[in-house]
Parts: sequence; C-alpha cells; structure tokens
Amino acid sequence: MVSKPHGGRLVDRVARGRRRELLLDEAKELPRLEVGFDRAVDLEDIAHGVYSPLEGFMVQEDYLHVLYDMRLSTDHPWTIPIVLDADPEELGDVREGDDLALTHRGRVLAVMRVEEIYGWDKREYARMVYKTTDPKHPGVAKIYGMKELLVGGPIDLVDELPNPLERYTLWPAETRVLFRERGWRRIVGFQTRNVPHLGHEYVQKAALTFVDGLFINPLVGWKKPGDYRDEVILAAYEALVKHYYPRNVVVLAALRMNMRYAGPREAIHHAIVRKNFGCTHFIVGRDHAGVGDYYGPYEAWEIFQEFPDLGITPLFIREAFYCRKCGGMVNEKVCPHGDEHRVRISGTKLREMLRRGEKPPKTMMRPEVAEAVMSFDNPFVEA
Amino acid sequence: MDERKGKYTTVSIPVTLYNRIKKLIEGTGFTSVSQYVTYVLREIVAAHEEARYEEPFTQEDKERILERLRRLGYL
Amino acid sequence: MSGDKVAVHISKELYEKAKKYIEEQGGFESVEELVEFVLGEVLSEEGGEQVFSEEEEEKVKERLRSLGYI
Repeated sequence: MVSKPHGGRLVDRVARGRRRELLLDEAKELPRLEVGFDRAVDLEDIAHGVYSPLEGFMVQEDYLHVLYDMRLSTDHPWTIPIVLDADPEELGDVREGDDLALTHRGRVLAVMRVEEIYGWDKREYARMVYKTTDPKHPGVAKIYGMKELLVGGPIDLVDELPNPLERYTLWPAETRVLFRERGWRRIVGFQTRNVPHLGHEYVQKAALTFVDGLFINPLVGWKKPGDYRDEVILAAYEALVKHYYPRNVVVLAALRMNMRYAGPREAIHHAIVRKNFGCTHFIVGRDHAGVGDYYGPYEAWEIFQEFPDLGITPLFIREAFYCRKCGGMVNEKVCPHGDEHRVRISGTKLREMLRRGEKPPKTMMRPEVAEAVMSFDNPFVEA
Repeated sequence: MDERKGKYTTVSIPVTLYNRIKKLIEGTGFTSVSQYVTYVLREIVAAHEEARYEEPFTQEDKERILERLRRLGYL
Repeated sequence: MSGDKVAVHISKELYEKAKKYIEEQGGFESVEELVEFVLGEVLSEEGGEQVFSEEEEEKVKERLRSLGYI
C-alpha cells in the first residue's frame, strides 16, 4: 500500500481559483518580504505537501523541538528546521497575527499569516543540525549567512516559481495517484543529484528485486559550477530507464528542493520527503547527504535506529563496483575478491572523462547513458 | 536527544516490571527505562496510525491528476 | 493492580497519542495498562529465547569452537 503521508495528512497549501484571486487581491495591500531563491523553493515544497505535515515555516516551539529532539512538537520525527529568516528593518511594523506577502524577484509568491517572530542562535543551529560550527561546511556557511530573525506561520502559495523542468515535475499528490494506478504496493525511493553510473544502477536494482516499483527522484534547481546540468541528469536517466529497466517499474520525476548537506539528519529528512511521495522504502547511501569528512560513513544508517515511528523503511545498500573475477556488479557483502580484481567507480573520474569527451568504460557507465550526456554541447554548469 | 525539559508526563509501572526492563536494556544503547518506553510506544502508535489512513482526494482532484499524468506520458 | 510502582517519563504529545490509540483500538483502560502490557510482551518475547542455561550455552559454544565455526 502506498505510504501514508507524514503526520497523517497530505498538506495542500496551493491556492486555486477564487481563493487565489482573493489572496492576490489582499496581497496588494499587505507589507511585503522579499525572499531569495532557497526560501522560494521551500515555499513551493511546503505548499505542495513535500514537507507534510508542515503548513508553513516553523514557529519557535517546533524549531526548538526539531533542533533538540529531532521531532516536531506533535512528536512526529523531523530533523531539519524549515525556517524563514528576515532582518528587523525588513519586517518594519509587521506584528504577530498580521498577514505578509512573500515575494521573489518582486512577484508575490505566497501570503503568510505571521504567527511568531523570534530570534535564533545560528551557532547552536549549526552545532545541533550539522554537528559542527565550522564555517567551511557549506550548510553551516549558508546558515551563518542568514538573517537575524525567524518568522513562523502557515503560508498559501498564490503563484508558482518558473520551472524549466515542469514536464519532469511530479508532486506528492500526483505520485500517490500514479503509484496506485500502476498497482504498486511497495515503492522504493532513490535520491540523487548525479548522472547514473553502474554502481547506482546496481543499488537500485538490488532494491527493486524486492519491491514493485522504483521512484527515481533527482534533486534539481540549485547546482554549483562543475555539476551536471539538471536536463543532463534527466536525459541520462531516461536513457538508462529506456534501455536497462523493464517497462512500468520505474517512475522518474524531478524535485526542486534545497540540499543542506546535513548528513545523517538529512538522510532522515530525505526519507520523510519520499514517504510523502508515497514511497514505502528508501535507499540510504553510504555517507548519504554528507560533505567532506564531517560525518562517519555509516552515521546516516545508524540514525534510523532512533525512529521506530518513521513510517518508511530504510534500505541500507552498500556501494557497488565491478569485479572481474565475479564477472559482474557486486558489493563488499557479496564479493570475496581483492582490490586487484575490482573496478571502483569514481563519480569525479567519470565527470573528468565526459568533460574531455571520452566515453567511459562499460564497467563504469552504460554507453547509452554516456551518449545521452555527451549529446549536450555543455553538460556542466558553467562557472 | 531529549535535552529539553518540561513537557513530560509520568506513567507508573510496577517496580518488578521496571527492574526487568532495566536489566533488559543494559548495554543496548537505551539509557533509561523512560527512553525505552518512549521507543516502544512510538512504534505501536505509528503502526496503528499507518493502518488507518485513507487518501483524502476528491474525485475532481483525482481526475485532474490523472489527466496530467496521462499528458506527461506517465500513464 | 497492587504493589509498588515507579514512574517513567514520556512526552505529553506521546501520552496523548497513546490515549487516542486506546480510544480507537479498545482493549485498554489507561495508558498505564497499555505500557504494562507492551512491556510484558517484550519481556515474554525476550524470555522465549532463553531456552539454554548458561552451562548449556557454554557446551554449545564449545562444540562450535571445536568445529571451527566460531
């Protein structure tokens, strides 16, 4: 059975029809707060139920619960604070109880009911969520760059951000209907930010052996220079799915969501999000959502022990490599041979080869996938 | 975990049961009987909530979604 | 129910959820009773595994050792 949304109800804060018109009208008179791209993306994800049961940005009680207990004030597991920051000057005389129009690039995206305005301790946030206060950590750096106050309260989305990948975007309500239409009862979610190599395929197929469907859900929208462009990742996956998966066992859809590099805490977050999409299982990688060496390789697996009530089953699948002696893709758990027989797949190496226009060996990447990547003039995000 | 104080309530259990559980969780990573009780209660309550869920879509919502899924080639 | 009791602490939210569970599920009069039942179940499951005395277990281990399994 398709998974129950987190907290029991799929949130829908997208204003439609007459209600949307009324809100847009109201917004003309409201004080405005301009938000950056990251917060606009959060807004979109909240409104479409990706973050169910959240209906807006967190108030202090939830924020502190999440920080210290890894739970919402309702006791539901939640590991990453979803907060809106603002400077006192920007807020002017906005008070708790007021409505606020949230704009991005001057356009009204949402109307927010301000429930609470409160201060926060960024170092404490970093210490609890990232387990480090090192400003060199990319997630910590972002937090340190945020504004001095937090504004909590429910939102209503009145306009969507422009979405170049609209054709590939599915929201939780849609995947839940889709999975049911396909008759899938057990669905495994796969999180990615990369072009697939043979290691990814092996991990997905190992999981797929035991369930009805695979939901490949790349995060898109916020790349740094040198990363694959979003269209490239989707084209690469389309090639892989077309040539190497049976019909009707895979759903490929993009998700625009902020990446926070919070390692173990973010692994839980990613699992909760996929639960909202209807997944019953979720593949957790080694050093999932980690960065540098801030987190132990298996910390993202261990943290799941603390959540007997997560409502989605994590699958811990080891990294795969090609073994010449085994004659196929294997992992540490099933292959006894030494390093001299193994072809380790390095994402960085593959990227360099593709950048030079070289086709990677078949033991690392499917030729159809490599071709799909190389069919782009420039597959990478420019500096 | 559970560093914050305040919003707790108590449940009383027989001393013999308490002691047996205390012994059971020795060396398992659970640091108190309260922590263990919290763990098993969460497990039970969550499994129960899971079983009771029904999708709240209206027929109209569902039609709209199905149409988009067909248009994009997912169905 | 009689005898001495000890208090364990759970969050108010969880207590409320447990109460709701009881209302919907029936079979229990109070959260106390539910907790007692569940812990009892845990113990009986655990207890089920202890078919060996320590002495017997040592014998089995010895054989496994002699056969090279451990």
